[in-house]
Amino acid sequence: MTMQKQASILPLIIKDLGFDAGGKNLLLDVDITLPKAGITAIIGPNGAGKSLFLRLCHGLITPTRGQVIWHARPDEIANRKRHMMVFQHPLMLRRSVQANVMHALQATGAADAQNRARFALDRFGLLSLAEQPARLLSGGEKQRVALARAWALEPEVMFLDEPTSQLDPGATRQIEEIILTMAAEGMTIIMATHDLGQARRLSQRIVFMHRGRLIEDASSNSFFASPATAEARAFIAGDLLW
Amino acid sequence: MDGTSAFASALTLIGGLDPQFLEIVGLSLFVTLTSVSIAAVIGLPLGAWLALARFPGRPAVIILINTMMGLPPVVAGLIVFLMLSRSGPLGQLGWLFTPKAMIVAQTVLVLPIVIALTRSTIEELWHEYREYLTSLGLVGSKAIQTLLWDGRFALVTGLLSGFGRASAEVGAVLIVGGNIAGYTRTMTTSIALETSKGDLPLALGLGIVLIALTLLINALAYAASRIGSRFAGT
Repeated sequence: MTMQKQASILPLIIKDLGFDAGGKNLLLDVDITLPKAGITAIIGPNGAGKSLFLRLCHGLITPTRGQVIWHARPDEIANRKRHMMVFQHPLMLRRSVQANVMHALQATGAADAQNRARFALDRFGLLSLAEQPARLLSGGEKQRVALARAWALEPEVMFLDEPTSQLDPGATRQIEEIILTMAAEGMTIIMATHDLGQARRLSQRIVFMHRGRLIEDASSNSFFASPATAEARAFIAGDLLW
Repeated sequence: MDGTSAFASALTLIGGLDPQFLEIVGLSLFVTLTSVSIAAVIGLPLGAWLALARFPGRPAVIILINTMMGLPPVVAGLIVFLMLSRSGPLGQLGWLFTPKAMIVAQTVLVLPIVIALTRSTIEELWHEYREYLTSLGLVGSKAIQTLLWDGRFALVTGLLSGFGRASAEVGAVLIVGGNIAGYTRTMTTSIALETSKGDLPLALGLGIVLIALTLLINALAYAASRIGSRFAGT
């Protein structure tokens, strides 16, 4: 990885972040600092604002209130080569798997796209799918290709939005292995999930969101051992929250 | 001459590769293919731009282009005639009653089809692709290339239907081309003329070629959508 040569864009500082739509506060008063390295899991029930939070951080949506401040180039949210996002339903272009990865590389101005694409596919055991039409892959394969495609751009930070919510246990395990590999290489992973087991298996830090607010931020161990709020206790216990 | 013997003579014309016959078919194909190519070069980027751009009056532009898809060819011919006639704004070009005028007229007919189908195809794709392309920093005109390529199978169908419309129309090329033997006589104008003159074999022979061409276009359109769904999962 060559990311170490550049100045780090971390820590990411979120100040008073808020987002309104249709007269409703979908996200409210979020303050958090995300330092380099590790896997941070954003958890919470559906509609808690997890995906919205990731999209605001990635710069896909402009916040109504507050700021998203990257350490390097604080004026520029959209320097997206340094932070990438993989979506819950990853979009596959109507091209081969390899052409999908090459397109992302070329879009961000990378040289030597073909070799880098093949290297990324090989890294995650996807080289045998290189010539396959990407849209005809299974859900798990698509998600692996999407991760390899984002990884190929060598981002410092990777946002993952519910990367395994549609997948069976076998495919989920493969995706989790990829995430752990990326983290072990020094990539900072910030992932939304509503799968508590997954958050426990992967993350060192838990951010618990509920109704658009960040209500708990703790190490994974202490969050699961002794959640501080009633909502988090109920969520861990499997009670329905709304 | 009755229908059966006319049909037999028509087949002889086709089989014998009659020079006059081939010239007419060749000119028709040249005019139509050139028109469709020009319409593609202008219409694909313009349609894609129209899909992504937001400006006041955009709905009116879209409705206008959709209306022009149904423009009667004779009216298109009349407009181009007025533009190119000696006293018209483009009169000094001297294009009237030449194949160039026919190409202009057919381009006017095909262009709205290409723009409208490109716009709807690209708009639909953009809806699906927006988040991902925005994440890569491909917004606005930078997204157009990706969208056009990923819409290629649907867009080919649009170009083929433009080709179908241009190759089948009579009115526009008749008005601006003048149906001059050996110079601006196309398949459709020849059929109209020869039928009224009573030379049924030539008319019928050209009719058979036109039908075969339409068949080919539809086969290609079908193949494009099949390849598209097999390769691209559309």
